Amino acid sequence: MKTWVTPGGVHPPENKHQSLTLPIGTLPLPEKLLIPLSQHIGAAATPCIEVGKKVLKGQVIAHATGPVSVPMHAPTSGTITAIEHRPIAHSSGMLAPCIEITSDGRDKWKKHEGIADYEHASPSTLLKAVADAGIAGMGGAGFPSAVKLNPGRQRPIHTLIVNATECEPYITADDSAIRERAAEIIEGIGILSQILGNPSNILIGIEDNKPEAIAALEPLVLDTGIRVASFPTKYPSGGEKQLIYILTGKEIPSGDLPADIGMVCVNIGTTYAIKRAIVNGEPLISRVTTMTGDACGINRNYDTLIGTPVSHMLAHSEFNEQACSRLVMGGPMMGFSLTSSDVPIVKTTNCILAPSYDEIPDDEPAQACIRCGMCAEACPVSLLPQQLFWYSQADDQERLEAHNLFDCIECGACSYVCPSNIPLVQHYRHSKGEIQKARAEKIRSDHARERFEFHQQRIEQADKDKEAKRAARREAAEQAKAKAKAAPDSAAAGGNPMGGSAADIIAAAQARAAAKQVSPEQQQAKFERSIAGAEMRVQMAEEKLATASDSSTDEQKNILNAAIEGAKQKLEQAKARLAEHVEQQNGEQVD
Amino acid sequence: MAFKQITSPHAHASQNTSKVMQLVVWATVPGLIALTYHFGWGSLINVVLATATAVIAEAAVLQLRGRSIAFYLRDYSAVLTAVLLGLALPPLAPWWVVVVGTLFSIVIAKQLYGGLGYNPFNPAMVGYVILLISFPIQMTTWITPLALLPDGVSHPGIIESLSIVFAGLNPADGVTGATPLDSFKFSDGLLVDQIYAQNPLFSQAGFAGVGWEWVNVGFLIGGLILLGSKIFTWHGPVAMLGAIAVMSILFWDGGSSDSPGSALMHLFSGASMMGAFFIMTDPVSSAASNRGRLIYGALIGVLVYLIRAWGNYPDAVAFAVLLANFAAPFIDNYTLPRTYGHIDRRRATEKEEDQ
Amino acid sequence: MIDTIAQYPILAALIALVGLGILFGGLLGFAAEKFKVEGDPIVEQIDELLPQTQCGQCGFPGCKPYAESIANGDAINKCPPGGQTTINAIASLLDVPAPELDAEHGEEADLKTVAYIREDECIGCTKCIQACPVDAILGAAKLMHTVIADECTGCDLCVEPCPVDCIDMLPVEEGIKEWHWPAPVAPANLIASDRRATQ
Ligand code: SF4
Ligand code: SF4
Repeated sequence: MKTWVTPGGVHPPENKHQSLTLPIGTLPLPEKLLIPLSQHIGAAATPCIEVGKKVLKGQVIAHATGPVSVPMHAPTSGTITAIEHRPIAHSSGMLAPCIEITSDGRDKWKKHEGIADYEHASPSTLLKAVADAGIAGMGGAGFPSAVKLNPGRQRPIHTLIVNATECEPYITADDSAIRERAAEIIEGIGILSQILGNPSNILIGIEDNKPEAIAALEPLVLDTGIRVASFPTKYPSGGEKQLIYILTGKEIPSGDLPADIGMVCVNIGTTYAIKRAIVNGEPLISRVTTMTGDACGINRNYDTLIGTPVSHMLAHSEFNEQACSRLVMGGPMMGFSLTSSDVPIVKTTNCILAPSYDEIPDDEPAQACIRCGMCAEACPVSLLPQQLFWYSQADDQERLEAHNLFDCIECGACSYVCPSNIPLVQHYRHSKGEIQKARAEKIRSDHARERFEFHQQRIEQADKDKEAKRAARREAAEQAKAKAKAAPDSAAAGGNPMGGSAADIIAAAQARAAAKQVSPEQQQAKFERSIAGAEMRVQMAEEKLATASDSSTDEQKNILNAAIEGAKQKLEQAKARLAEHVEQQNGEQVD
Repeated sequence: MAFKQITSPHAHASQNTSKVMQLVVWATVPGLIALTYHFGWGSLINVVLATATAVIAEAAVLQLRGRSIAFYLRDYSAVLTAVLLGLALPPLAPWWVVVVGTLFSIVIAKQLYGGLGYNPFNPAMVGYVILLISFPIQMTTWITPLALLPDGVSHPGIIESLSIVFAGLNPADGVTGATPLDSFKFSDGLLVDQIYAQNPLFSQAGFAGVGWEWVNVGFLIGGLILLGSKIFTWHGPVAMLGAIAVMSILFWDGGSSDSPGSALMHLFSGASMMGAFFIMTDPVSSAASNRGRLIYGALIGVLVYLIRAWGNYPDAVAFAVLLANFAAPFIDNYTLPRTYGHIDRRRATEKEEDQ
Repeated sequence: MIDTIAQYPILAALIALVGLGILFGGLLGFAAEKFKVEGDPIVEQIDELLPQTQCGQCGFPGCKPYAESIANGDAINKCPPGGQTTINAIASLLDVPAPELDAEHGEEADLKTVAYIREDECIGCTKCIQACPVDAILGAAKLMHTVIADECTGCDLCVEPCPVDCIDMLPVEEGIKEWHWPAPVAPANLIASDRRATQ
């Protein structure tokens, strides 16, 4: 089969033979298992069980939260002893919510069975089963499989790629799984193809350094339409984007998914998990993990329960802590260092590497970048790592983006070859984080600006309203005063014999009444004014409600609604009074 | 159990900067042997003197800048700069010429810009050009190649060489002379064929110029070794030599009296090979990408030819390299490689991609 | 004509220079018109760069007024929440040297904070609601108030007006999602002056 060659790449020593001398083993049941609620990309699962409850193996202990998430299952039978924050497998060494199960030693399954006639089941039935089994990509990223396998009708899939590359040194989890479980894997691929609507092209991509695995697959794929494509070993051929290019010569446009060009790429471990889920009805509660490195006496693959503490694994592998230079989850190129061995194995853990100081010595201090360009030669996506490094140091985010920082797959090939020992990838990770932070802050600040402007506007409007009201009141008062001034004269002219202050008061009162009587038009105008005011208030409140409706909380809406109601009531009142007044006037005129 | 928090990748190739620099230094040996054979002890003295000066100067500056001396000296970059400068200087140049040039290279052109990795110009060539401009007489007095020494005269021995360099003794008559490029340039009014027939520098040569051709072959061998060990890619050297060849073929007028000379002569004379494999490949001051290096190399080649043919100086590698150093950031701006998943290359200053 | 020029070669030079001047001037003018870049008005661009905390520490009632003032030539180093990053960004926008933060207006906080009302102590006076520049506080008279943490810019303008001092500024915790690798330290790369500055 024709394959393509990616640019760059490196050839680190493979070191795969150590862990392949023994078949896949099993570890004794650990006393306690720790299941992090977030082992995948997407929302963390929501626990659906309380502390103290007994669970059976395979029982759901946490539900998926929303569409991009996966449920978690009890890896063995026992009691839930804690739901709390614990250290998890993450570069930060931080804590995250976990469920702890204390095993009862019986390892008793809940009742489970596969889909009987799965060959005739609809894709949606199968997808649901995949989702319920909690399967997330087992190659490393941990993207929920059910989401990946459901790209939607507008993106028909013509190519299914099964990733058996395993290009990282040391790791042999996929290799040994293929050797021992090839038939089930092929069955799983068949199910995948059924889910995806039988894509015309099904390829298993595998590096040519795994002849046994290839030999195990080849007889099984005869007459199945599946093709095994082997290609020269080079790191990093196993990246999704790289593998797709190697097998098809096509590139996924930057920022797109493989499904956008009609392809789906799944890890070979995932196909096995899918087979177990559909045919045997088993959720994803264990996986093959390589235990390797010279600091361990035993190097082999284990079928490990999810949630097994790394320390448990080490304890059964003749681990020598003094000899261990660092503890890595994953391979030596992309794996991350663990700060504690209490963290559990998760769905994406393909390897635990405990190298000795001879294998992986401590990092030497970084020297100056001599711009030798070896990194650019090694980069599989044709970036210029030395320029990225330069701008990363200067924190020049614009240039970093112009140099396509976000297309860096963090494969580490550049750091691997750099003669000056510069931790290039860490610089990129740092810069990516900073840029993302800046983006988030930008969104926040834009939002704050909007809200501030709205606030300003609101205050201004309120002030204006107040000012208008005050002005109206002042005007009315002045008019009244003017009238009052005019009235006493006329009253006096009318000839009040008594005079004196009491008479004055009476006169004034009369005048006021007269003033009222005298100007019915004015009074009507006043009523009309108040109606207009009320109308405006109703309108304003309604407008505010309309603009607020998509961004504000219910509470705010309720307040606004109440305001509208109030304003409407006032409007009604004002209208009623006007009507009354007009009637009165008419009556008087008739008289 | 607690372990270290270290970023990936954890594995590392065995290459390191000190080894790279040392390898480059060793790769100059064939050239140095050729120089010593044909021109006597002078070049070796230059190299040793320059190296000593460079190491002392570098240590002094590092001390002033408050940095770890041992750590930085161990990268061998100062040694490499000094060796290259020493090879480029005329043999038996007075000691102060070598010292001034080296000091200038290390202190001004390298350390004042921030040390290794931050110098925009090739330090050795900065030193060389400063010397060439300041002391033209000393810098253009070359030694007569072994094969052309007058009867009875030989290159000064090691003791005599040392006293010429340090005590200002005058070398014996006939020991100094012009270089092939020099005499070619200043043989106005002669047809190329006449020059080749009359001037012993050419008439007794194998293919380019007595002595010089072998010096260039020496550097070519060293360069190929470096190329083979992947210290640099082929792009720069090939582009530079290719450009020189193309230019001299293009302007070859059949050998008239003002012909600038044949391709063979240009490729194997002066500092062509040394320039192509040891000077312009200095990664710090060159263009970053492979495509950029093609352009950068071609630019140097063209400049070398232009200056040799029509400029005032017989050789031009130093000037050409420095001019191209100026252009390197500009070249970089336009030669970003096309990244996976992008339709087209972009420019380094572009914020958004044109679609 | 030709003769006079031949006689006074300086004339030729003059004519050539003036001609070239006119030609290139025209070209440049044309290019300036033709390839004119329509930019945001400068105030908007500066406002974009300000952090929109609306805290008023710069002495202006909000970020926008300060942006306007900068556009009219005010100093660019009066915004403590934005800190040096913002100063640098504005400096590069305006093409001026970046000064250090003016300490008179406050110090750059290393932690982002949000306001938090201790709700059982709140007496429902609405004073903080009036102080909040982005309407991030919810409540009504005599009712308990609370801060919408996502909307709070951390300006701390609400802290002072509270008559019972029940508002705290709490640091926003960085979770596992926000965590990213710190920049590698390269002690060898520090030059002496840097080292002094970082000590
Ligand atoms: S490999 Fe290292 S020293 Fe060489 S250019 Fe890349 S970052 Fe610089
Ligand atoms: S880590 Fe990024 S920059 Fe480095 S080689 Fe891999 S893709 Fe290229």
